[in-house]
Amino acid sequence: MTTTPLTPPTADPSDAAAAAARFAAAAAPEADVAYTVLDTPVGRVLAAGTAHGLVRLAYEDGGEDEDTILDRLAARVSPRILEAPARLDPVRRELDEYFEGRRTQFELPIDWSLVAGFGRRVLEATAAIPFGGTSTYTQVAALAGSPRGSRAAGSALGANPLPIVVPCHRVLRTGGGLGGYTGGLGRKETLLRIEGVLL
Amino acid sequence: MSPDRISRTAPRARSIRVSPPPFQRFLDQHRDHVWRYLVAAVGRQAADDCFQETFLAALRAYPRLRPDSDLRAWVLTIAHRKAMDHHRARARAPVPVGAAPDAGAWQDAEPDGEVWARVAALPGKQRTALLLRYAGDLSHAQVAAALGCSEEAARRSAHEGLKTLRLEITP
Repeated sequence: MTTTPLTPPTADPSDAAAAAARFAAAAAPEADVAYTVLDTPVGRVLAAGTAHGLVRLAYEDGGEDEDTILDRLAARVSPRILEAPARLDPVRRELDEYFEGRRTQFELPIDWSLVAGFGRRVLEATAAIPFGGTSTYTQVAALAGSPRGSRAAGSALGANPLPIVVPCHRVLRTGGGLGGYTGGLGRKETLLRIEGVLL
Repeated sequence: MSPDRISRTAPRARSIRVSPPPFQRFLDQHRDHVWRYLVAAVGRQAADDCFQETFLAALRAYPRLRPDSDLRAWVLTIAHRKAMDHHRARARAPVPVGAAPDAGAWQDAEPDGEVWARVAALPGKQRTALLLRYAGDLSHAQVAAALGCSEEAARRSAHEGLKTLRLEITP
């Protein structure tokens, strides 16, 4: 009789999937980064948080796909990343309230780990623009300490790791042009319409 | 070279990895192998506890892992240790009079339960080599790395295990 290598044991893949889901739920508090994908009126948004606060929001059809976003979080924050929707419940709640017109200010703690230096100062200046108001690239550059840095401010806003919550959609061109938006100009218009800036 | 290193992460493999992949992806990619290995090693009943302990240990050690590590061999090595712990704990626990012997871990699994029950009854090295090679789907080189022995020794253990099985199955 010839040698027959052992065939792998039968094991139901759905049992493995269920065991993995139980693991992700139980180990969620130990993960350095928890994430989930939220359905919003401006599309699917990946939300990621750490023990310090919200660290990343990203439109799923934006510049990076989900794998790339998570790869960057692994490299820059921690690879101990789990899909843990319950840990993002406060984010889901505040975004729901915002889109339903019941919230004009986010109170979520922010983890600024992904931005530093001038970019962070630009985004902090942007975070201070109130609901219903707008600013310009030149103004946020000046507030960040670089009055001539409107182009660099535009880059920093384009790389905003926390769109919607850090309202880069409220920054327009001097003279009133919409400027750009990483999630697409349609989204910028939608957000400004929700806030009553555009009709 | 393990096959899953050239599957999902391949398009980005050209850029230099500075960290292991996100843990969720690691879990999704390796859960089936770990589960199958554990079902064969400790039986369906105990597999879930061992699975949870395996990935919890992996999560805790994960940031210290070298980015270019062979992740499947690494996690199956952990699963192997958890399976050994399980067997040791069972051996220490009082056994009711008339209880089934240890090799019965597979009695609940069908239809290949019989042959894997025979694997479970093999001497330690042969059993481990066969479990990692055929339930964990590791190469002999990966089995050797997991067990800290030479590839030749891993190959020999697996070969002797298969030989013993064949003798037992077709006398």
